[in-house]
Amino acid sequence: MTAAVTLAPTPWGMLPVLAVVLPVAGMVAALPLGARGAERLTLALVPFGLLIALGMAAATYASGAPLVHLLGHWAPPLGLAFRADGLSAAMMLTAAIVIGAVALFARAGFGTPAGAPERREALSFWALLLALWGGINLVLVADDLFTLYVALELLSFAAVPLVCLDGGRATLEAALRYLMFALLGSVLYLLGVALLYGAYGTLDIVLLSERTRAIPATIVAVALMTAGLLAKTALLPLHLWLPPAHSGAPAAASAVLSALVVKGSFVLLVRLWFGVMPGLPVPAAAQILAGLGAAAIILGSAAALAQARLKLLVAYSTVAQIGYLFLMFPLLAAALGTPEDAARAWTGGVLQAVSHAFAKAAMFLAVGLMAKGLGHDRIADLAGAGRAMPLCLLTFGLAGLSLMGVPPSGGFAAKWLLLTSAIEAGQWWWALVILGGGLLTGAYVYRVLATALTAGPGGATGREDSRAWIALGLALISVALGFLPLGAFGLVQIGRLDLAVGGVP
Amino acid sequence: MTGLLADLAIGAAILALAAGMVAARSAFTATAFFIAYGLLLGLAWVRLGAVDIALTEAAIGAGLSGVLLLTAAARLAARPVATERAPGPLLTALIALCCAAVAVAIGAAILSLPEPTPSLAAEVAANLPATALGNPVAGVLMSYRALDTLLESAVVVLAVVGVWSLTPPGGWGGFPGPFHLRVESGPLALLARLLPPIGIVIALHILWVGKDAPGGKFQAAAILAAMWLLAWMAGLATPPRIASRRLRFAVSAGAGLFLAIGVAGALAEGAFLAYPAGWTKALVLAVEFALTASIAVALALLVMGPPEEEDRA
Repeated sequence: MTAAVTLAPTPWGMLPVLAVVLPVAGMVAALPLGARGAERLTLALVPFGLLIALGMAAATYASGAPLVHLLGHWAPPLGLAFRADGLSAAMMLTAAIVIGAVALFARAGFGTPAGAPERREALSFWALLLALWGGINLVLVADDLFTLYVALELLSFAAVPLVCLDGGRATLEAALRYLMFALLGSVLYLLGVALLYGAYGTLDIVLLSERTRAIPATIVAVALMTAGLLAKTALLPLHLWLPPAHSGAPAAASAVLSALVVKGSFVLLVRLWFGVMPGLPVPAAAQILAGLGAAAIILGSAAALAQARLKLLVAYSTVAQIGYLFLMFPLLAAALGTPEDAARAWTGGVLQAVSHAFAKAAMFLAVGLMAKGLGHDRIADLAGAGRAMPLCLLTFGLAGLSLMGVPPSGGFAAKWLLLTSAIEAGQWWWALVILGGGLLTGAYVYRVLATALTAGPGGATGREDSRAWIALGLALISVALGFLPLGAFGLVQIGRLDLAVGGVP
Repeated sequence: MTGLLADLAIGAAILALAAGMVAARSAFTATAFFIAYGLLLGLAWVRLGAVDIALTEAAIGAGLSGVLLLTAAARLAARPVATERAPGPLLTALIALCCAAVAVAIGAAILSLPEPTPSLAAEVAANLPATALGNPVAGVLMSYRALDTLLESAVVVLAVVGVWSLTPPGGWGGFPGPFHLRVESGPLALLARLLPPIGIVIALHILWVGKDAPGGKFQAAAILAAMWLLAWMAGLATPPRIASRRLRFAVSAGAGLFLAIGVAGALAEGAFLAYPAGWTKALVLAVEFALTASIAVALALLVMGPPEEEDRA
């Protein structure tokens, strides 16, 4: 028997290592450097992070194979490998751009002028942002389930304090609730990891993809890990922690939490289902996951429509948009033998993750600026905001287009791919959910725009905060993704482990 | 036969303590059960031949976590907060049912595992000479899976950042944790004077033998942290302010050195965290010592907590 996938070191394998080491080293250095040093270090690391992500995308695309690095020259199962495939490269580029934008945005709120005393929020924010960046990059490139556990720890322990950075009682409660869900998720995930090691003697995803069989240990392990990761991804009904946490955090933190942190555990879930156990038939379980996703889309969008506060509306919109991600599970499971259909569902899911990241980061930053400018975020009292803050409102509208799935936008391309996959797979009910979700999304976006565009007293005069351009830039990217030719998404197909197994009947 | 009886007794006691912890009415009682539970769990690990884990469980699981929980319980008792409504009987039954189902599923899965269970133990032992380390656990932590250890040491730094981020207004930069008056007499004063010299020697011993025998940096660091905390609680040692660059450097130094050695391996040997031939032992030892110091400081700071409202300078 020849192994379908090999784990030999490749040229450029050092890029994924750098992508993890730079932000982690930055976080470790941030503490002795102090708030001002940490801020400048973060801003200095952003261009390097972008270059590394671009380099990874280019190297993966050029070679058509994932980048692999064996740490300390030890090969799995004894040692650890980094394996960066197309999905890693695409998500890492997304993370680098969003983190860079958020870092620029946050200088106004968390900056430390020369000679000023260090502030608690400032040092905490920059150190936590760096840790979060390192955590997300590690989730994307690690090939070992325990290393991935450490990555989840980095992500959670960076994300939870970001929620309560303002120190108020309400946000402390939200952070504590988030911590409980995140810890429950970690414990369930770790239980599954131990079971898988007991059953197969390795935690390397590539090795596991060749070894896993449908025995009780595998099923219990995957069920536990899936439940744990769902709690961290906030898929309904485990979403209860998300709206207070994401709406209570400072705008810059909300943007990374909604855009990136929930995607980290989602990517790990994809690796688990289509990497660790690619050959196992799981149509019923995949239908359950997508059923929860569909409920999240409808109920989350309806809840967003019912909110009186703008920040909560955006947070409930995240609950709904996470739902779309899970539609790819049954569609991929159904298309196991037909590579073209599988590629479409895969691209749809990844594109949804990427375009939502840009759109939601833009939306949270814009809403944060509006709340600051108006002194409140009550939707009913937004009248006049359109005149006072046209850039913010434009950002909200453009990001809303992508969330709705209106062409041309990244969100449209993602939802269109999922929709056609659903019809192709004969699972038309998901198509109805996608259309219904789009209508509800349109309703809540329209509600905000319509109120804000009426004349009213909310229109403070004066120049709009220049940071609105940063938010607008992110929203434009989420729209521009819809203009990319579909061939460009060949990148995200590279290194898919379900192909190696699914391709052989 | 006596071994089996002992195992059964330990197992039954662990279950009884766990049940006591869940049923306990007050946080203090629950914590007392928790500490005893951790110590017995350590015994169970000894019976399973995993002395490294037993040491860690006793030092961190029972010891430091126990102190942390006791202080939290004391603070809650001093400043009662309105807690959320306790779950009703239906919800309690549902939670119990879910926990039982998970336990049964895991038990069934473990019993169904193939015999003998696949393990990397043979491979770990076969490759041990190449790591220049005598203790297979040290080989895994410092060589085969050195990346995980490195990242965990970064998580410890992150934990300090996270705890400090909870500093209340006016406290930033001040002394960590509550202020302790100097205790002149009584058991605490005696222990705080008597134990640290012994504890430091034991910690150094555990650290030194760790490369060849059970022990190592996490266990040693936990003991060192406990000694510092003892002196702190007795009012004998005042920790530096959290604004202190030296204190912050101490927290970050271990992970920083480990990262630097990892990068040096990438430059010299072509793989991150590869130790150049002949240098392994020296580099591992340097990392172990630096990490012990950093983790000890970090663990103590985590137990002390963030500065309080009023800066008492």
